[in-house]
Amino acid sequence: MISNSDDRLVMQPKSPQPRKIKLRNPSLSRYMIIGVITSLLLITGYTLTHLNSANVRVGEAFRGLMMTLNQMFLQPSAGSDGMVVLLQALGISLLLSIMTTVIGAVVGFVLAVMASKNLTNAWLGSSIRIFMAVIRAIPTIIWVLIFSIVCGLGTNAAVLGLSFHSIAYLTKAYSESIEEIDQSTIEALKVTGSKFWVIVFQAIWPTIIASLVSWTFIRLEINFANAVAVGAAAGAGGIGYQLFVASGMSFDFHEVGMIVYLIIAVTILLEFIAVKLRKAYIAK
Amino acid sequence: MQTPVNYLARKHWKQTGTIVLIGSIYLLSSWILKFDGVGGIAAIPKAFSWLGVNFKPTANSVHFLPSIWQKLIGTVMLAIASTVVASLIAILVAILGSKVTGGSSLVQTIVRGIASFFRNIPLVAWAMILLFSFKQSDFTGFLALLLMSVGYLIRAFMEIIEDEASETMLALKATGASYFQVIFQAVLPQIMPSLISWILYMIENNVRDATLVGILTGTGIGFVFDIYYKSFRFDAAGMTVLSIIIVVIALEVLSNQIRKVIL
Repeated sequence: MISNSDDRLVMQPKSPQPRKIKLRNPSLSRYMIIGVITSLLLITGYTLTHLNSANVRVGEAFRGLMMTLNQMFLQPSAGSDGMVVLLQALGISLLLSIMTTVIGAVVGFVLAVMASKNLTNAWLGSSIRIFMAVIRAIPTIIWVLIFSIVCGLGTNAAVLGLSFHSIAYLTKAYSESIEEIDQSTIEALKVTGSKFWVIVFQAIWPTIIASLVSWTFIRLEINFANAVAVGAAAGAGGIGYQLFVASGMSFDFHEVGMIVYLIIAVTILLEFIAVKLRKAYIAK
Repeated sequence: MQTPVNYLARKHWKQTGTIVLIGSIYLLSSWILKFDGVGGIAAIPKAFSWLGVNFKPTANSVHFLPSIWQKLIGTVMLAIASTVVASLIAILVAILGSKVTGGSSLVQTIVRGIASFFRNIPLVAWAMILLFSFKQSDFTGFLALLLMSVGYLIRAFMEIIEDEASETMLALKATGASYFQVIFQAVLPQIMPSLISWILYMIENNVRDATLVGILTGTGIGFVFDIYYKSFRFDAAGMTVLSIIIVVIALEVLSNQIRKVIL
């Protein structure tokens, strides 16, 4: 039976104002984000107000900077060294980065296989990971300086220092991609009685080849930048050394501009190749 | 038709080819660069034993600790400041330049070009140019790190916006929200966790790069290391390296914890 009484069908609002819709859920993640942003901004504010710039007249310095940039980018020239020397130095830096990436990739892959949680025992894996974390924490330039005491300034120290950092970086990157592999792939091969390295090269290698290639090329780009830096700060030769001499000793900013353009050309080329390769492997 | 034998033979050739290619790259470049592979490998244990002997903290090197830590903390704060300022600039530019939120295709192309340009100028070049105008001050290191980070962060932020924010943005647009409402109510909150993750990564990176900039421009922890290293006070240099290791690993652990909570 349907009752007609109004108070059962029509609900009167209890308060004149409708309840406010909650727009955001309070969560730990939200508080953390707010906390991180606030502390970063506070540190930035403190640092910028306490910056040691007593002996710098900022306006004048910026005018000087503009003039330098004008000389660099609008009037580049090969300077006293000549284009041939610069191109040779560029080739050496590029070769240095390719070589150290190759060393890093080969050694890094072996170490990554031994360090991945789903392949080896926990003890070996975690000791490799901790060792690599320590190597990665030391900047490349310091590695090169350390090796240059033992083998003297030059190529050997540069190759060793750059390789060391590459190995540590690629070990971490590779082992993270190996750990993403579905456990059943590995178990299926284990059941057939395959040996360890057969599993690695028949199951793991083909599965992660795309991410392997893309990480290796990212490292190649980093290594090229590092090769330039090492040449400048540790006197290890290459285009970085030319850059250091031109900008810090002979103050020929036209030449600096030329060198910078050459370096940009190479990095853009590397980036282009990396994008193409990544597309090719993802399409497969 | 591809028979199993065919397939295996092709695979075999591919693998051999890869190994030969890698080997020849190594041999060719070590020949051109005059790298001595055997000597190089022999140098590694030598370097570590040298490190063990000379970089070992001694009673004497503890005296250097206060000045090292003061410089190191200063450097970390400088790295944080430069990253934060860079990310404030980068987020504005990335919103202008991304495919989802950005302006016309002309604006997008210009933004991409600028980002690529800033990213690819080597840090050494920035440091040396700035050193010439700004002399040996903290400002030089700050600007060098800032200019470098801006290029990286613009690219990263644009990719984040394109990957993560496009659907939320469409949903809000459908309700008739204005452009700024969409940006502040949908895009920014949506990408905030990934954004912070990238900023933390950039801070770690900048602390390491600050050492390089320091060696070149004579500021911060890099300068301290360079002085000790060049005056053969290796126990103090070792102390500096040890402090850098501790700080970098601490930062990595801290940011990994933060990432676990926010992502």
